Amino acid sequence: MKSSVIVFPGSNCDRDIAVALEKMQFKNQMVWHKETKLPKSDLIVLPGGFSYGDYLRSGAIAGKSSIIDEVIKAANSGCLILGICNGFQILTETGLLNGTLLRNKKLKFINKDVHVKVINNKTKFSNKYKKNQILKINIAHNEGNYFTNSKHLEQLVEENLIAFKYCDEKGIISNDSNPNGSLENIAGILNSKKNILGMMPHPERMIDEMLSNKDGINLFSSLLN
Amino acid sequence: MKFSVTVTLKKDVLDPQGKVVENTLVNMGMSNLKSVRQGKYFQIEVNDDQQVTAEKKIDEMCKRLLVNLIIEDYKINKI
Repeated sequence: MKSSVIVFPGSNCDRDIAVALEKMQFKNQMVWHKETKLPKSDLIVLPGGFSYGDYLRSGAIAGKSSIIDEVIKAANSGCLILGICNGFQILTETGLLNGTLLRNKKLKFINKDVHVKVINNKTKFSNKYKKNQILKINIAHNEGNYFTNSKHLEQLVEENLIAFKYCDEKGIISNDSNPNGSLENIAGILNSKKNILGMMPHPERMIDEMLSNKDGINLFSSLLN
Repeated sequence: MKFSVTVTLKKDVLDPQGKVVENTLVNMGMSNLKSVRQGKYFQIEVNDDQQVTAEKKIDEMCKRLLVNLIIEDYKINKI
């Protein structure tokens, strides 16, 4: 499977995701944001980081870069798109995903391992997980507080477009297990065609028992499935 | 021609920064304080003598980049 990781000035998880993809046998290429053509890809990843120093709004400037037009075209023709953390913020800024990511409710940058529940395991990104499986995944963000209008929230629920929700170690989804104030504890969502996933947690950081755990591996093996 | 653009969070959107500033002002003893909402301010100069077309351009800038219409409102003023 061929993958492309888009690199923006200020991306800082681009190497991590490349290592994860290569470990999982993806044929990966790094693509600089000023490029106007994408290499042939089955998967495009918008990595985490602080593109353009989070100027204006997180992801706003990156969302207007020249390669993004190509990413939008690829997305519309069914290519798989994964946006992690800042990548999720960029996806909402481009309109590929609806809603937005507000500043964390308690105003602090949060960097910790949190529990996340697999809500929809019937997607290209999550089919190797069990439904309601509890994962422990790192989050590291200042703007991860997902917000959308009530009509779109209804659509997310009705069409089963919520991929992951924050929970506690027992799987309980509540205010106490919501790290950033995100609407309905949402940690990751899909578009209605389910070829685009945006998520705040970092699966690429969870691929090695020595460093963390392997809870992120199945996201990548799902893509290969 | 020069314009100012003020961007604020919509009234239903929680503004934690504004809330912290508000609480701090109250703690400093500022009385009669009702509420604080924090926002952004831009000064934009355009090469255009016609106010109508210049404002239209600024409006487009707001809609396409400066403002996230899901959560923010904006106001354009000539300065």
